[in-house]
Amino acid sequence: MSKPKFKNPVVKWIDYRLPIFTFMDHELNHYPTPKNLNYFWNFGSLAGIALVTMIITGIVLSMNYTPHVDYAFDSVERIMRDVNHGWLIRYIHMNGASFFFIVVFIHIFRGLYYGSYKAPRELLWILGVLILLLMMATSFMGYVLPWGQMSFWGATVITNLFSAIPVVGESIVTWLWGGFSIDNSTLNRFFSLHFVLPFVIVGVVILHLVALHRFGSNNPIGIDVKGTQDTLPFHPYYTIKDLFGLGVFLTLFAAAVFFFPNFMGHPDNYIEANPMVTPAHIVPEWYFLPFYAILRAIPDKLGGVLFMFGSIGVLFILPWLDRSPIRSSQFRPIFKVFFWILVLDCILLGYLGAMPAEGIYVILSRIATAYYFFHFLILFPLLPYIEKTKPLPISISQPVLSGSDTASSKATREKK
Amino acid sequence: MFFQNNLIRNKHFLKNIIFILFFFSPNISFASGDAISYPKNDWSFSGIMGTYDRASQQRGLQVYKEVCSGCHGLRLIAYRNLKALGYNDDEVKAFAAENSVKDINDDGETIERPARPSDKFVSPYPNDLAARAGNGGAYPPDLSLIIKSRSGGADYIHALLTGYKDAPSNKNVPDGMYFNSYYQGNLIGMPQPLYEDGVTYADGTKATPAQMAKDVATFLAWASEPELEDRKRIGISVICFLLVLTILSYFAMRQIWAPIKSRAKKTS
Repeated sequence: MSKPKFKNPVVKWIDYRLPIFTFMDHELNHYPTPKNLNYFWNFGSLAGIALVTMIITGIVLSMNYTPHVDYAFDSVERIMRDVNHGWLIRYIHMNGASFFFIVVFIHIFRGLYYGSYKAPRELLWILGVLILLLMMATSFMGYVLPWGQMSFWGATVITNLFSAIPVVGESIVTWLWGGFSIDNSTLNRFFSLHFVLPFVIVGVVILHLVALHRFGSNNPIGIDVKGTQDTLPFHPYYTIKDLFGLGVFLTLFAAAVFFFPNFMGHPDNYIEANPMVTPAHIVPEWYFLPFYAILRAIPDKLGGVLFMFGSIGVLFILPWLDRSPIRSSQFRPIFKVFFWILVLDCILLGYLGAMPAEGIYVILSRIATAYYFFHFLILFPLLPYIEKTKPLPISISQPVLSGSDTASSKATREKK
Repeated sequence: MFFQNNLIRNKHFLKNIIFILFFFSPNISFASGDAISYPKNDWSFSGIMGTYDRASQQRGLQVYKEVCSGCHGLRLIAYRNLKALGYNDDEVKAFAAENSVKDINDDGETIERPARPSDKFVSPYPNDLAARAGNGGAYPPDLSLIIKSRSGGADYIHALLTGYKDAPSNKNVPDGMYFNSYYQGNLIGMPQPLYEDGVTYADGTKATPAQMAKDVATFLAWASEPELEDRKRIGISVICFLLVLTILSYFAMRQIWAPIKSRAKKTS
């Protein structure tokens, strides 16, 4: 590692005593990054920006929000109507949650497709799954805060899940609520936790980045970087690429915020919470729908809860479920097909989560749930024994493996 | 030709991202699932450039005041907000003063005083129970957020207000209930509110039920989303800015990456 030369004397003075500029230069400027990353590698930085956006808008919202059952709904409406540009802050926060999940879901599926969870990046992956769990807890509690009908009844459904735990279930629910029903104490603690958890997420994100920078990014062909010929400094190559990706992301995000701000929400949440009136359909936010479908697919309450948490749980042990040493799906023809089946399966689960739990929807959600667990628990460990993988390239800079039929024919194709 | 290959794949993947992003859209509209569909109206405030039709809003306020406000509150709107409809300070003051609100005077006594522009719209009933009791048990909902809190929005309100029909012979309509083709379950506690010439419009517009429904829905859409005009106006500038930024950063990216790509071409 060459010591960076800083011209500014103040920077020099500080860096000698506190090498923060050297650190930034090393991790953000020179940081060697595989040169073949595609646009799917943009979603990590996008997720980070989404998190920061959520924290900034959230802090501003909390300055105007009142966590009390009698005032919460009206204080949100006051933000929407009377606080200067309060509607903008609130719509950014509201839609930001959805966009954060879109970005994170794509980020996770990218990791699945290119085998980014494999050695030596197991902890990087596990920290990522932990971030997902924390995000889900945070967004769930955040959705309760406006104290609309879906806030209240969503909270009722989800907190009641814990009553399925044998023996202590009921006591746990009372403990979570801080009383015998969802009431002011529940709203208070959800507000408190919704405020603090994002900072916990920031902490885990920092660990996620430390783990990432230990071995650097994975890449589309999934083989290790062999030397400097395979990498580029992060700046300017990936800073500019991330900026372009950010531009595309922000344009779509702005379109939602300014023109369809309530598209991903539910109209019932503009009705103030009323414990005496149950909405016709209680539906969670769209990003919970696949998990909600798994929950409802199991005829037993405890079983449903276990499978729902299990659907995240399998992700934690994924690095050890997949026995194949080959990372990228590009060289795993069967795995690749099943990857897309998994994507469709998750989208199907999301659709089924939004449907009433009756008739064909129940049967379909059972099949889709079964496939989800089959994919991770059976397919992942067994596939390496039957799959004939394609030959791996020698290095990132020399993607063509000489002497191999498939690779050479591919090379001729590309020369045309 | 590694990078070319990469580029082709990238295009393919970008398509997938867009596909994933937009796949969620049908999901969400299903989530708010409604069996009934409402006739689509041509609203002045729909579309990315939409604004509220001021004249229609003012007529809608008149319909609200003369017809709806007997039972339905508008508790989140202040009289001062009516300036957005094109009224001046004096008109707003006069409009507010027609209502009286409870207050406490300097001696601590409860008094009634004329409402001021800073007051919220006075609700017709002192509380929910009184509202229910006054309407045979059916609660007339507050209209401040009615357009946002019903799937179908303004189209739904328009359809509901004009949806009163004679009940089909096989449908039993109990006392105090009315048949409405657009209400969930068809039986609604609200009697038909809009009749031909139910109000006399100051601007001479013919007050048909459809016209009144349209005007009051426009007014209520504003009550639900008073920020709509600002939001869309700012949105257009923001999107234009972002598009320029995105296009410039794309070409900057191309330029920065150009030497890398040409080197890759030579070696492969």
